[in-house]
Amino acid sequence: MSAPRPISEDDLQAYVDGALSTTRREEVKAYLDAHPEEAQRIEGFVADRATLRAALGAIAEAPIPPELGLRALIEARRARQAYWRPAIAAAAVLMIGGLAGWTARGVVTPPINGVGALSREAADNYRVYASDVHRPVEIGPAQKAELVRWVSNRVSSSVEVPDLQAAGYRFLGGRLVSTPHGPAALFIYDDAQGLRLAVMVRPMRVEKNTAMSEHAEEGLSGVSWATDGIGYSLVGPTPSAMLHPLADNVRRQVERHM
Amino acid sequence: MDDMIRLIEPSIPSLRRYARALVRDATEADDLVQDCLERAIGRWSQRREASDARSWLFSILHSLAVSRWRRLGRRGREVSLDDLDEADLAERATQQDSVNQSDILRSLAALPQEYRSVLLLVGVEDLSYAQAAKVLDVPIGTVMSRLSRGRARLAQIMANGSATQVRTPHLRRIK
Repeated sequence: MSAPRPISEDDLQAYVDGALSTTRREEVKAYLDAHPEEAQRIEGFVADRATLRAALGAIAEAPIPPELGLRALIEARRARQAYWRPAIAAAAVLMIGGLAGWTARGVVTPPINGVGALSREAADNYRVYASDVHRPVEIGPAQKAELVRWVSNRVSSSVEVPDLQAAGYRFLGGRLVSTPHGPAALFIYDDAQGLRLAVMVRPMRVEKNTAMSEHAEEGLSGVSWATDGIGYSLVGPTPSAMLHPLADNVRRQVERHM
Repeated sequence: MDDMIRLIEPSIPSLRRYARALVRDATEADDLVQDCLERAIGRWSQRREASDARSWLFSILHSLAVSRWRRLGRRGREVSLDDLDEADLAERATQQDSVNQSDILRSLAALPQEYRSVLLLVGVEDLSYAQAAKVLDVPIGTVMSRLSRGRARLAQIMANGSATQVRTPHLRRIK
């Protein structure tokens, strides 16, 4: 017969939580019987645990207030989306109409705000691609070099894939996307909870160097800026205050590569 | 949609309890839960299939609570120990129980947030150590050591009789 495994502090904590197998539980119990001081400490933990549960039990038993009703929250979300959808469609029609009109007159006007246009395009592409559950990207992280070659080639500048691993975002891959200003690279990331972020990169004809600006609409926020003629926009369904440190991180990375 | 309701709804009471124990103010706690549910609804399709809904919901709630602390600039612990409304938390208990329960809530509030979260997720919400590690985004070893230290600290605070005695000044953050 093999010697019993020594008892660890983790075993004692798992004993408190009732998380041990029956055999191990017996071994810990035998240990505690032989060590009254430890037993006293552990019994104290068991008692505190029970008191804490009792003290907080009432909250979980209270009826759920109407503002936390799931059906109502889902309805409210649908209503919000339905409210905005025609407005966005109308805005798109106006924009296309407006562009066509200007183009027909032979007048090529840059958008009023280069980074503003970039932000909008990034948000649009996020909605199309990053929300696609099964196929958000064309090329996955395994073919990163190929992806970089492809998009760099098409946007006619050398594009790097920002690394957000340290901030908890895994690189899912990327693709080439279309914007009114030509092709752009879109890189997609997600965190452990499945929250997806996207970074869009394209050359800028106007506003070649700008400070970071934040924007938000309809549940999507973004932080955009331009450095040396390349525009960057980081987009995600999270407050822009949370995106900002990540954007700083991306900016540091791309500036280091220059 | 029914799937979503079926998987989210059973966790709402626990989410409310966790939020309440973390932030203590009932209205703020429910606001946090509402925020969490809205996000969960919005991100439902992006959820990784393998992850279980319950710990996924706790992760969302926990990160909302953490960003709230950052916003308020108090990372270690809540500021005031005097604004506790533990009386109504423990309303159903007998008098002696209610004294103990008030004590433990007061002591819990005096613990640093890292310990408090672990004690609540594991000890009250019955998350496994692995689930708690995922929610808190730390290795399991860290969960175990916080659990052990947190329980010891809580016992120590309880033994001192008054939570105010352990209000160590160096842990208070001054903006």
